[in-house]
Amino acid sequence: MPVPNYEPWDETRAAEVIAEAAKQDGACMPILHAVQRTFGYVPEEALPMIAQTLNLSRADVYGVFSFYHDFRHERAGRHVMKLCRAEACQAMGADALHKHARDKLQIGWGETTADGKVTLEPVYCLGLCACAPSGMIDGKVYGGLDNAKLGKLIDRARAA
Amino acid sequence: MSQAKLYIPRDAGALGLGSSDVEMAMIAALKKRNIDADFVHTGSRGLYWLEPMIEVATPQGRIAYGPVTVDDVEELVAAGMLDGKPHRLRLGKPEELPFLKHQSRLTFARCGIVDRNSLDDYRAHSGWVGLEKALSLGPAATVDLVTKSGLRGRGGAGFPTGIKWKTVLDTPGAQKYIVCNADEGDSGTYADRMIMEGDPFTLIEGMTIAGVSVGATKGFIYIRSEYPHSIYVMQRAIDRARKAGVLGADAFGSGKAFDLDIREGAGAYVCGEETSMLDSIEGKRGQVRAKPPLPAHKGLFGKPTVINNVISLASVPWILANGAEAYMNFGMGRSRGTMPIQLAGNVRYRGLFETGFGLTLGEIVDDIGGGTASGRPVRAVQVGGPLGAYFPRNLFDTPFDIEAFTAKGGLIGHGGVVVFDDTVDMAKMARFAMEFCSIESCGKCTPCRIGSVRGVETIDKIIKGERREANAALLADLCDTMKFGSLCALGGFVPYPVMSALTHFPEDFGLVRKAA
Repeated sequence: MPVPNYEPWDETRAAEVIAEAAKQDGACMPILHAVQRTFGYVPEEALPMIAQTLNLSRADVYGVFSFYHDFRHERAGRHVMKLCRAEACQAMGADALHKHARDKLQIGWGETTADGKVTLEPVYCLGLCACAPSGMIDGKVYGGLDNAKLGKLIDRARAA
Repeated sequence: MSQAKLYIPRDAGALGLGSSDVEMAMIAALKKRNIDADFVHTGSRGLYWLEPMIEVATPQGRIAYGPVTVDDVEELVAAGMLDGKPHRLRLGKPEELPFLKHQSRLTFARCGIVDRNSLDDYRAHSGWVGLEKALSLGPAATVDLVTKSGLRGRGGAGFPTGIKWKTVLDTPGAQKYIVCNADEGDSGTYADRMIMEGDPFTLIEGMTIAGVSVGATKGFIYIRSEYPHSIYVMQRAIDRARKAGVLGADAFGSGKAFDLDIREGAGAYVCGEETSMLDSIEGKRGQVRAKPPLPAHKGLFGKPTVINNVISLASVPWILANGAEAYMNFGMGRSRGTMPIQLAGNVRYRGLFETGFGLTLGEIVDDIGGGTASGRPVRAVQVGGPLGAYFPRNLFDTPFDIEAFTAKGGLIGHGGVVVFDDTVDMAKMARFAMEFCSIESCGKCTPCRIGSVRGVETIDKIIKGERREANAALLADLCDTMKFGSLCALGGFVPYPVMSALTHFPEDFGLVRKAA
């Protein structure tokens, strides 16, 4: 299982990333994405830098940051496991599957295991509604999940 | 032996079912035998219960095998799969499979067939014919043709696409934009994803036609972050199109400039609403704007903007190439043309079925879908995503048509059909709809922001048996307020799933079914 390789926080590097993404129209979202892709999260320290680049207030940037579910202020676990909670997956038994996953990981939605290996997040539709229940681990998609398949994926994530 | 040619579906659906692992196993199995093979990456044909469905080129045409697992690969190659020989997984010619044979694939004609990375293959399969036609007709006649085809927005609202284009064409402005709404967030829908990952150049062609017709020089495709594969495939396709001169300062040799950029969403469902999408692209919180002004007059960055759904734009090349009348001939009533129906959830034949409007819901679920995957009776069907109504079996005679569904208290939305068997708890589904709305509400208007939270509480009380009748009446009243008082379709439509569940399945709420 490939592990995303995030860089440690570095102000000079952040300034570079922000400047590059700032070339686009309506750059705030692309900048936030670029920062999160680089460091694995959007550090507090990045917000005033973004605000200054875009000539916005810090509150404006925080408003954008906090509106979207994807952006986080803290680094996630080594692996991010997103399981789809939407209707098509529910129709195929997602609720029971998710309970199994939470029990096995001993965490709730939005939490990270004590060993820092897995963060569990709900997602509302991956477009895999004809392959339900579905999930995504570190950007890789999985359809037709059941307790056994998901259990194996969890074991693999915790081992790596 | 001549070089073998295999077609591997690589859309997120097929990948999720293991097509990449199957491809690796296939490469190893052929290498062992010193067989040279060409692996063509396609999208999915949309028959997901057969994915990964691998096809081989034979003198008789393409032969499909599926669903193939890694463990089947050795056996398949040994059985002579490369020559199309018999095996228990052999499906024959894909186009002869009943599920595909009975479709009218116009928008999805190439999906799952062409090499999604190849401009040459796109042209060889009638690509760019629509754009050439548009350039020869000129802007006004192109817009007129789209209007005459009867194409209506495939994202759910059903607004005539040609009228929208004409408004932008007639609005003066030095800078205009085309925005493609690829924030397909409705559960049960995956048509946008399939076309972007299977035939990306169709969308580029459709957007370019829109651009040169209304006088826009720049287009944005707003793709949800839950679709990383779509973003990847579309970005590569845009890069290729730019390199080939399809996009750029002289787009397709038209003398007009048109270029495309992708914007990635960040997990907010409400950004599928067109005005919050505009704010999101501008780099703001994705909050809904009040209308007027219409985006066609003052849209992205305050400029005249066409906002269309992926399928609307991807249907335009076919319409231009084949004429308005050919498209009009499909469909019923005021719903003209074809719709990609997406069968999802607990259904046996799960997949995309493109057909003219007009089949009944029963035909779609029972005949095409083959009933539930679990083998249990179908109890409820949700059409049109999380904001669509739940239909019980006694509404299965409703034809798949925008007006017919509205008349029965439902909506077609983006064409997703999610099937539930008799184990479903409809009170739980109603609660989920309200909960989803409370999580995803942008917070701008009170009925949606507060109403959805109160809705969850009220449904909880009904489920617990607290003054059931009175709370059901309160819930109905709340839904009425949300429906008529919300700024956009999120708060405005969440009453559809909630009230349809309450009306058609009262026993799940512990209420007595009223005599018909």
